Amino acid sequence: MSDEQKNTTIQHTAEKEPSSFKLVFTLGIAGLLSGIILVGTFIYTKPLIQANKKAATQRAIFKVLPDCTTYSTLVLKDSQLALKATDENKKEEADKDELLIYAGFNAEEELIGFAIPGSEPGFQDVIGALFGYDAINKIIIGFEVLESKETPGLGDKIFKDADFQTNFKALAVAPEIIAVKPGMKQNPNEVETITGATISSKAIVRLLNETMDIWEATLDVYIKDNELKVSDKNE
Amino acid sequence: MSDLADSNKRAEEFLKGLWKENPVFVAVLGMCPALAVTNTAINSLAMGLATTFVLVSSSILVSLLKSVIPKQVRITTYIIIIATFVTVVDFLLAAYTPGVHKELGAFIALIVVNCLILGRQEAFASKNTVGLSILDALGMSAGFTFAMLCIGIPREILGSGSLFDISLFGAGFEPWIVMILPPGGFFMLGFLLLGFNWHAKRSKERALLKQTVETT
Repeated sequence: MSDEQKNTTIQHTAEKEPSSFKLVFTLGIAGLLSGIILVGTFIYTKPLIQANKKAATQRAIFKVLPDCTTYSTLVLKDSQLALKATDENKKEEADKDELLIYAGFNAEEELIGFAIPGSEPGFQDVIGALFGYDAINKIIIGFEVLESKETPGLGDKIFKDADFQTNFKALAVAPEIIAVKPGMKQNPNEVETITGATISSKAIVRLLNETMDIWEATLDVYIKDNELKVSDKNE
Repeated sequence: MSDLADSNKRAEEFLKGLWKENPVFVAVLGMCPALAVTNTAINSLAMGLATTFVLVSSSILVSLLKSVIPKQVRITTYIIIIATFVTVVDFLLAAYTPGVHKELGAFIALIVVNCLILGRQEAFASKNTVGLSILDALGMSAGFTFAMLCIGIPREILGSGSLFDISLFGAGFEPWIVMILPPGGFFMLGFLLLGFNWHAKRSKERALLKQTVETT
């Protein structure tokens, strides 16, 4: 930089430089106003967003448990299942480490099964799913993906492909669920994978097996302890 | 006479964003959303509209406040303004259109760093009246939304065989899956940029030819 240039730069800044106070003040006011707007929007949209989430969960529960008309939320505390307290204020604000499942009942208030959420790393990101489990016959009766970033057109067939969904109409969970190639299903505990989406399909199988490991024994105990009426249709 | 010139100027400020200075095809700004969320027409439209809201609101505020914002902290202030509107859009989409919000995911938050928006504040809204800034913002947003749809509509038709989720070809159509994957975005954008540049070059040559014919 030549001397001349330097001089003009110095002059330029000397003329125009406002006080630090003004700069800090401007940014402070901008931050304050922005904060007020954001808090307002947050308070206004929060009940709507929560209602959306609740509706989505409800839709998924009714989908994975056919004939289900009502459900109750159960929470796992000290390795025992208990009805979740329906405190209006704390409603839908599950603690992060709380394990929730849903027990579904039909119109005669008989237990149809449990809707159990689970998650497992897929091809791109964690797949979150909810599945319906008939604890008497030990079969999975419905399956719904809640969250997934699987590849469009390939991995997303885990929730878009109707053929894959038929795997979960009556899938036996014992001794464990096994992934087989398309068209090779022979036993009730086998899942036909999707061509071109083997990783995503296998992730689903892992998700089901691992989630069942956690819940199977607990659910048996829960049904026995509470002497729940069980839907005849399932026996 | 000045009225006519005025309205001409206004029309000019609006129209330049649509074609002559189209943010995507000419300025090549906002590539991140243009490539990432254009796999369906509905996502392209939603992203275009969300960007429109942010750009227009920020332009109004910036051009209103241009005399009170010190030059040294202007970029920071613009970012605060833009980020505020983006977060508002994020909340509103989650509240009213949860489906779209889920599809667009992190790309809503990324509108903050869309060069198109900050660029218009720095290049236009901070130097012009509120009225002109609104027109400029609307024109640029319309150009952006138009470009998003130009990429999104063919990608959805070829990649999923549908348009706005309505199936077009029936069961016999084998979708070109590559078109809804990231490479499809690059292909489509490449073809469109090629077309745009070819058209611009040809009209320039024609104008030149006409001029030479007239002079000789």
